[in-house]
Amino acid sequence: SSGINAEYGGCAMLGAGHVTALEVDPDAIEDLAGNLEEYEMDNVDVVQCDVTAPSSFKEGVFDTAIMNPPFGTKNNEGIDMVFLDRALELCRGSVYSFHKSSTREFITRRMESRGYHVTVLAEMKFSIPQMYKMHRKKEVLVDVDFIRVARER
Amino acid sequence: AVVSTQSTGHNMMKSHCKGVTNGFPLKLSSTKVDVKEVEFNADFITRMLDRLEWGALVEAARQLGVGDSLPEMAPEEGGDEELLRSVHHVLLEVEVTEGELECPETGRRFPIRNGIPDMRLNEEE
Repeated sequence: SSGINAEYGGCAMLGAGHVTALEVDPDAIEDLAGNLEEYEMDNVDVVQCDVTAPSSFKEGVFDTAIMNPPFGTKNNEGIDMVFLDRALELCRGSVYSFHKSSTREFITRRMESRGYHVTVLAEMKFSIPQMYKMHRKKEVLVDVDFIRVARER
Repeated sequence: AVVSTQSTGHNMMKSHCKGVTNGFPLKLSSTKVDVKEVEFNADFITRMLDRLEWGALVEAARQLGVGDSLPEMAPEEGGDEELLRSVHHVLLEVEVTEGELECPETGRRFPIRNGIPDMRLNEEE
């Protein structure tokens, strides 16, 4: 959730005219609202919604999207693609997002077949804490791409 | 309140209830409205004018009690500073902290609490 705050707050601090934060988790929203209050940021709207459900927003209403989607687990594969598709639906411009490097080829093929252009802007490692008993290690380092999906080359 | 529902949000949102053909605009109602001062940026408001659905904006303004400040018909060419400042006021300075957004077709109400609309639906909806 600190990642989520950094995106919304970061956008607003870096000069975005107006930011709308889409978040479904009540705890993350509480954290975010607290941060907005603390840093006196008044150009961020928060809407509680599930972006994997039919959209509460009209198409193309945002200039751009920056997001850190869930990567997907055994029971939730493909959820990162749902987030990406929704972001592209809501934005008229480019979408910036984090995805596992292991999915780079798949995402690139999928997006380019639809006429988008994918650029890997950065490669990094995310530390994922142990979530399930079956994970043997306390945390795992995952290779992650920060990508831009653009409508034109 | 720092967190708020503004007319910008209302202008961008629609109902996603099952079976709805035209869910825009949602009906806005408020029990608590805040007014705050936000620095005026003419360029930003001019760019927003291009993409606003004017009728929905006027309707939202009416709901917020500031409907008189905007003309009924959308300005044809950008707008003079007075108009831009009126739009700025409605868009960014008047906020709903407690209220509801209502689906125009099903009547389903989405609460706004502490300035945040909760658009979550149940499975069946």
